[in-house]
This record gives sequence, structure tokens and C-alpha cells, in this order.
Amino acid sequence: MIRLSKIWKTYEMGTQKLHALQDVSTTIEQGEHLAIMGPSGSGKSTLLNIVGCLDQPTSGEYFLDGEDVAQLSDDDLAEVRLRKIGFVFQSFHLIPRLSALANVALPMVFAGVPAAEREERAREAIDSVGLADWSDHKPAELSGGQKQRVAVARAVVMRPGLLLADEPTGNLDSASGRQVLDILCGLNQQGITLITVTHDPNVARLAERVMVLTDGAILREVEGRKVSTLDDLFSPVASGARDELA
Amino acid sequence: MMSGRDIVGFAANALLEHRRRTLLSLLGVAMGATAVVFLTGLGEGARLFVRGEFETLGSNLVVVLPGKNETAGALPGVGGVPNDLTIEDARALSRELRGARAVIPISTGTDLVSFRERRRQVAIVGTTRKFFDAMNLRVARGSFLPTAELGRGSSVAVLGNKAARELFQDRDPIGEVVRVGDARMRVIGVLASRGTQMGQNIDDMLFAPATTVMQLFNRSSLRRIMVQLNAYADADAMVEQIIAIMTERHDEEDVTCITQAAVMESLGGILRALTLAVGGIAAISLAVAGIGIMNVMLVSVSERTSEIGLLKAVGARGRDILAVFLIESALLSAMGGVLGLALGRSLLLLVSYLYPKVPATTPLWIVLSVLAMAISTGPLFGVIPAWRAMQLEPVASLRKG
Ligand SMILES: Nc1ncnc2c1ncn2[C@@H]1O[C@H](COP(=O)(O)OP(=O)(O)O)[C@@H](O)[C@H]1O
Ligand SMILES: [Mg+2]
Repeated sequence: MIRLSKIWKTYEMGTQKLHALQDVSTTIEQGEHLAIMGPSGSGKSTLLNIVGCLDQPTSGEYFLDGEDVAQLSDDDLAEVRLRKIGFVFQSFHLIPRLSALANVALPMVFAGVPAAEREERAREAIDSVGLADWSDHKPAELSGGQKQRVAVARAVVMRPGLLLADEPTGNLDSASGRQVLDILCGLNQQGITLITVTHDPNVARLAERVMVLTDGAILREVEGRKVSTLDDLFSPVASGARDELA
Repeated sequence: MMSGRDIVGFAANALLEHRRRTLLSLLGVAMGATAVVFLTGLGEGARLFVRGEFETLGSNLVVVLPGKNETAGALPGVGGVPNDLTIEDARALSRELRGARAVIPISTGTDLVSFRERRRQVAIVGTTRKFFDAMNLRVARGSFLPTAELGRGSSVAVLGNKAARELFQDRDPIGEVVRVGDARMRVIGVLASRGTQMGQNIDDMLFAPATTVMQLFNRSSLRRIMVQLNAYADADAMVEQIIAIMTERHDEEDVTCITQAAVMESLGGILRALTLAVGGIAAISLAVAGIGIMNVMLVSVSERTSEIGLLKAVGARGRDILAVFLIESALLSAMGGVLGLALGRSLLLLVSYLYPKVPATTPLWIVLSVLAMAISTGPLFGVIPAWRAMQLEPVASLRKG
């Protein structure tokens, strides 16, 4: 379970202060699927990185599974990212010189998993995203959709409880984006908490809850199935959805 | 926690991605290591060569020279000109020294030696039969100088191998008479070839009885006296005895004794210092190679910024990142070191093939210190890049690329 309370993230830009996040509070239950939407620069990635323990808030509290993240050392944070959190990025972030299989196995290297077990688990993971035949290929030989599926396999190979996807379909055509989303939703159905940053209302509709950010603040939160158009989400005065969760 | 094996594997893999760059920075280290191995190896070879030269002299020798080496005690001019060493001094030493196998007077000069129309400028050594034994010399034909009472010089000569060949060509010199300056001497022996030793070409010398040579050059003094020790005699004790006897005879301490061991030691020391100095200068090229590694690693860190961000995102700790980059630079320098060792060693073998007298040595201390230097060059110069990689902010790094 994730509990964020009064999270601020402020960048000092010379004399000016830029608030990437303003007073964000929310609770995300285990197994929930949350979509984060908002215009470019609204603080979506910043929020996701804070939830992923890659970044620290300027102020506010963050409890992950009951643990105060602010109290953790750098090594503890690495351990949390290793065991509890999987990341999927828009630009895949695969290591180009490593095979798909080695990319998937990478987190287990830092966990000190023995090589034989590593290979077995990596094969299992790559098989589960339908890329068993591509194990020995380098990322450059894979299509965008295949790369993102390898990245998903890597994100879940340590069996984390939380999967964070920052615009996972942003660089993909709709068909392969669809495949990736199916895999993510399938994982969510098996119990993993899924947080997806997206611009696509079709993606947001898959989530149980949609958080809408503007200028670093939560504009509103709506039920995913109620999302119809972007205008609907971002209009200062919301129609239909407003009454639901506001 | 990353295992050591995984760190090395990951680092090696990253190096292989940029083969040319890896090879070039590795060659830098290799050249540095080659220079160190080659130059210190040559120095060691020279030292062993000199020691070998001393050892072929065989026996333990003390050389007595006229004049006191130190100025301590005597004001300049007060002590006056030192007394000459004479045949009588040699005779006294021979009579009174305990533990001496031989006392050998030596008088030297250079003169024209001729046989019929052939003439040659030759170094002339006046001495006794025991000289040949002390110097481990062999005769090719004829015999050494006769065993004679000191001071009774007959007009006989033993020729060095080259001098004999130059003067007599294919003729047998034994029994022939050569002119030496104004004197005539009968050749009674020719030495086996020895070559240059301690900078003196024994092959191009003429040996005659000490007094004969002193008369030839119209001298009353000897150049030096050599004392050959018994197998068990102590060189320092012998020096004390010699000085005591000579001080007694000359009424002042006016001779200098040089022991073979001392010369060997100081010469060896000088050569070793020289070797280390040259090796040290060569080691600077290793440092230059280290800066090359630092440069390559800095480039690598900035190119792989997003990779480092990703590694942190999947759970790598700061020290995992540090280890990966340190090992990467260590691998570079270690491979360079091994390559340099092989190259340097090959060069030394080539030198000893071309100049068989110089032994191509790569003693263990050179091998180990070159390897240690090369292997530590990488991590030493890789610390800054690796530190920089470790300190990268994951979010900012991921944003790149
Ligand atoms: N390191 C930084 N320094 C200064 N400003 C930053 C930094 N990181 C993010 N920002 C700013 O914070 C705001 C939110 O960024 P981000 O979370 O990446 O937005 P989004 O993902 O919604 O497009 C933006 O205005 C961005 O320029
Ligand atoms: Mg973003």
C-alpha cells in the first residue's frame, strides 16, 4: 500500500521556484490500477519517480508498505527498488550490448541470484511476454513493441509488488501498444499494483482510477470507466465525472 | 549484492562494446609496461653482465694503489707526494702477509711492438706468472711467464691472442723475437682469446716480467700491487694487514686498497640505482597511459549516463556502479600490463640474441612490480570516473536518452 501525504517537489530555478508537485496526497491500495494523466510538464513523471524511490520529495510524507521512505538510506532505497518496484519507461532503457535475456536477468545480478537460477527465471519471464524465441537477440534487432515487452519482463522478474509505467505506449504504434497494455493489465489482474502515466484516454479507461494533474497539483480523480474524452478530463469545470470522486 | 564474477563479466562486456577504444587505451598501458620491463631488464642485464665479468676474474683480489684516497687527517701539501709502490714493497707484502695466495706486482705502459715489418701499438703489462692464475687466463700455445724471483726480469713476453695474430698472422710466434720500444723480447707464449673484460682488451696486450717492463719505461715504481687471497681469507682483515705493513714501511698511511667485493658492490649499487631511475622514468609513461584510461572512462561514463540511471532504477547500489567502472579500468590496465610484459620480454630476448653477452633477464621483482603498477594504474585513474558514475542522480540520468 502506498500513502502519499502533502507531497511537494520544488526546483529552484535561479531566483524563481518551480513547483513540480504541489501538495499531492493520495492512497493507492495493493493491486490497484491507477492511471496518471495530465499535460506535459504537469509533474506526472516526478510523482512516479518519487513513488518509485528514484527521487525524494522536497516535503511531505511517503509511506510504502507502512515504511517511511524518508528514513531510508541510499542502500535501503536501492534494496526497495530491487525487491519491491518494477519500472517501465517510455524509451525502454534496454542495455544495447546485452541480449534480451541478459537485459531481463539484470536485476537478479544485483540481487546476487546464482547464474543458473537467473537464466531459468529470465527465460520464464521472457516467455511470459511471448518473446521466448527472441531471447538471444540484441535490443537493436527487436521492434519497439518487443523492446517494451522485454522491459516489462525485466520489471517483473524480481516479482515486485509495484509496477510503475511512465508512458509505456508513448513510443509504440497502437497495435503493439495494445499488446503491452494487455500484458500490464494481466499482471495487475494477478495482483501487482500498477501505476501508469499516459496521455491516452483509451489507456486511462483501463484503470480503476485516473488521477489528473495540472501544474503539479491534483485537478481531480475520476473512475477509469467514466473517462470518455480528454476535454472532459481537463476542463476546469468537469461534467459528469466531477460528482463521482471530487 | 553483485558477485565479483558478475562485475567482471559486466565490465568486460562493456569494454568489448567499444573494441577500438578499448584496444587503444590498452595499448597505452602496454607501451608503458613494455618500456618499464625493457629498460629495467636491460639495467639488470648490465648489472649481471658486470658481475659476471668480476666473477670470471675468479679469485678474491685486493688491489693496492699508491696514494691515500681520503683527505681526512692530512692537510693538503703537508703529507706531500705519496711514496711510490716498489718491487721491495711487493716483496715485503709477499713475505709478511698471512692468508695471501699471491702478491702480484703490476707495471703498465704502452709502446710500439713490432715483428719484422709489422708493428702495432700495444698495452704492455709487467707482472709475474701468478697474474695469469689470478685472472683465470689460459695459454693457447707455449707457456706463461717463468716463475722467477721478483726483481729478476728476463726478456721474454707472452702475447695476447689478438696482438699475436696481428703481428704474426699465420706464423707461429713461439720462439720469435719481437721489438718492444728499444728492447727485444722472445715470445714464449700466446694466450687463449678472452675478449674485452672490464673495458680492457686482454687479447691486445703484451705481458712481460715486471722489472723488464719497469726498465723499458725507465721507472722505479709499480702501477699497483694485486693481492690474491686464500679461499678462506677475509678481505677486510687482509686490507688491514696490508695497510699496517705499508704504513710501517712508508712511515705514513699512503696507500689505498680496493677489494673486488667492494668494487662489485658499489658498481652493482650504481647500476641498480640507474636501473631504478630509468625504470622510474619509464613508469611515467604508465602514468600517461593512466590518464588515457581516465579520459576513456570519463567518456564512457557520460555516454552511459542513461544506462547508469537504469542500473540504479533496477536496484544497483552506488557501490555496485563504482565497482563496475573500477573493474572496467582495472581490466584495461591489467590486459595492457600483461601485453606489455610479453612485449618487453620479447624485446629483451631480441637484445640478448643480438648481444649474447648481455643476459636478457626479467627477474620476478620486475615482473611483479610491473604487473602491480599496471594493474593499479587503472583503478587509480579510474577512481574519478567511477566516482562520478556513482554520484549520478538516477532521475536526471534516466532523462538522458
Ligand atoms: N531536475 C529538474 N530541474 C528543474 N525542473 C525540473 C527538473 N525535473 C523536472 N522539472 C520540471 O518539473 C515539471 C514536471 O516535470 P515532469 O514530472 O517531467 O512532467 P511530466 O512527466 O508530467 O511531463 C516540469 O516543469 C519540469 O520542467
Ligand atoms: Mg514525463
